[in-house]
Amino acid sequence: MAQLIKNNSATVDTWQTLQLGEGETPETVALPAGDVIFPLAVWQARKAEIISCHKRIGLLIQPDERVEDIAADLEYFIVIAVNFPKFVDGRGYSTASLLRQRYAYQGELRAVGDVLHDQLFFMQRVGFDSYALKDGKNLVHAIEAGFKPFSDAYQASTSQPQPYFRRRA
Amino acid sequence: MYKYDAIDRQLINQRVDQFRDQVRRWKAGELSDDEFRPLRLQNGLYIQRHAPMFRIAVPYGMLSSDQLRTLGQIAIKYDRGYGHFTTRHNLQLNWPKIEDVPDMMAELAKVEMHAIQTSGNCLRNITTDPFAGVAADEVIDPRPLAEILREWTTFHPEFAFLPRKFKIAISGTREDRAVTWFHDIGLHLQEQNGEVGFRVIVGGGLGRTPIRGQVVREFLPWQHILTYCEAILRVYNRAGRRDNAYKARIKILVQATGIEAFSQQVEAEWAYMKDGPATLTQAEFDRVAAHFGAPDYAKQDEVTLPADQAFAKWVERNTHPHKVPGYAAVTLSLKKHGIAPGDITSEQMAAVADLADQYSFGELRISHEQNIILADVKKSDLHEVWQKAKAAGLATPNIGLLTGIICCPGGDFCDLANAKSIPIANAIQARFDDLDYLFDIGEIDLNISGCMNACGHHHVGHIGVLGVDKNDSEFYQVTLGGRQGNDAKLGKVIGPSFAAEEMPDVVDKIIKVYIENRHADERFLDTLDRIGIDPFKNRVYEGRAHGKAKAAQQEAA
Repeated sequence: MAQLIKNNSATVDTWQTLQLGEGETPETVALPAGDVIFPLAVWQARKAEIISCHKRIGLLIQPDERVEDIAADLEYFIVIAVNFPKFVDGRGYSTASLLRQRYAYQGELRAVGDVLHDQLFFMQRVGFDSYALKDGKNLVHAIEAGFKPFSDAYQASTSQPQPYFRRRA
Repeated sequence: MYKYDAIDRQLINQRVDQFRDQVRRWKAGELSDDEFRPLRLQNGLYIQRHAPMFRIAVPYGMLSSDQLRTLGQIAIKYDRGYGHFTTRHNLQLNWPKIEDVPDMMAELAKVEMHAIQTSGNCLRNITTDPFAGVAADEVIDPRPLAEILREWTTFHPEFAFLPRKFKIAISGTREDRAVTWFHDIGLHLQEQNGEVGFRVIVGGGLGRTPIRGQVVREFLPWQHILTYCEAILRVYNRAGRRDNAYKARIKILVQATGIEAFSQQVEAEWAYMKDGPATLTQAEFDRVAAHFGAPDYAKQDEVTLPADQAFAKWVERNTHPHKVPGYAAVTLSLKKHGIAPGDITSEQMAAVADLADQYSFGELRISHEQNIILADVKKSDLHEVWQKAKAAGLATPNIGLLTGIICCPGGDFCDLANAKSIPIANAIQARFDDLDYLFDIGEIDLNISGCMNACGHHHVGHIGVLGVDKNDSEFYQVTLGGRQGNDAKLGKVIGPSFAAEEMPDVVDKIIKVYIENRHADERFLDTLDRIGIDPFKNRVYEGRAHGKAKAAQQEAA
């Protein structure tokens, strides 16, 4: 179980992520009770059913899935988890930027998968606010040093919408 | 040139601390080799054939004399007293220790230098024309916008892990000298109805699949350059292929999508960002542009240059017209025959730094042809500069000539190479060592790459040489007719490849066909364009066994 960082501290993750077993399809998979993060395909296939029996809904987005497809549904989600299957797959940074900047998603935005110390700075800047640090990695050092290797940045981003050149004294 | 302010300095100092901690965690086993690789690459650190290689950025090619001196000192202290200038404004050191690299970075930071994003699948160093700011044919000085782009690319949070590397070149002259048609993004500064902006080219590149870029937008007012680049990068970051590294560059995406559809996607993305906070302000442009003001030029009387033949040859080849009367831009050749093209020793770096201080306002530039430019030399000083450059081994008058070869480090150093490239360059230089003959042959670009990654830009050489590997032996494929500039295009392969020892003869035959066929005022390329490649091909392969005959010969041997 990955270690969750939220608000600069280690947190217990109360969410479970629905995984499709062999032979299961989004249309047929049993929907568990409790706080569940649903894969995007399951959400699309079973939206009405999920809404009727879940108060707290989470969504899992894979790198090749398009934010545009669920942009109208964002109000339903308390958490959106963006998966990084490999840390070098940078598509999730664009997913996060779009969710926050274009679609004004306000809920929890969680990086999951191959989430490592040295990417936390970038993830925070595009708008993530929780991080499922990969198992076996040093959580204390990540919290202490991973988010602030740099004290400022040139570009406009989710965490700082004004580029540095507009903030110069 | 640009001087760092508080934030620039703070960020590169913090980068040193960050990398020091990354090296520590890697040594301690907290980072696996796979996890460490992209981190070290984004700091210019490769693991090479014999040792690591460390690639230092020279953003848009500008260097101060102090910076060059420091590079020389670092090469002595941590390496073997020399470095290699690449085709993209970088200096490579071939023998550092990984453990020393954080200290090397700290020393670089003291003179406002770094190795940020000189490698890896990220936004790379911005390149431009080495004559920026002084070229007689310049429309707009590209350097302020190149610096603005440098800052924008540095630690961009959304684009740190792209499908593949991403290179941007910017040019502000009538004649393109920055190979903009063969970059992921090529930018041509221009004026339209009194407004300054860019022609934006996308999807060019050399490498394994060489493709000339296409215009994605004919005119973009300069204020929008950052948002427009973000739009291009976002489309690429999301849609570029990640399943196959050989098909991951933006050029493949643009080809697959078609330029019109690609352009529509970019425009649609841009519509959301246009006029947003990342739109450049006049105040920011002015702040940066103030660093690139003209130096304090002295009014010069017309000078008569000494009538020394060797000097005259050097002036002809190694000086370039300057927009200020009485001044010239001088190219110091790093193409001395017998030396690895682009290599420079620490002693030479110190000598060049002194020349820059004494004769060119303490500044210099690195060209993509792997030479050093003193951009602002008084014509009345040329003779002195020539003598001193000659004493330092930097005055070979071969700029633009056959032996001024662009060449990658090749199989002698590089892990990716299929074949050696430096010995081929040196063998050709040895064959054409007669200066009178070299001048008689005239302007010709010969470019050599040791593999299809094309760091030696062989595709755009008038004569291109590509090292290939066949059954564990090194062979060389020859192309003709490639060129850079406004009419940039790719060379055509003339036929089967050659063994290393054949290469001087092959080049010799190509040159002879040109000399026999040329009209009075024709350069090599003109003759080639007029008569086509067949006469060259026929001569080169004349009497050479092919196919079955060749196999039989080999069997007999």
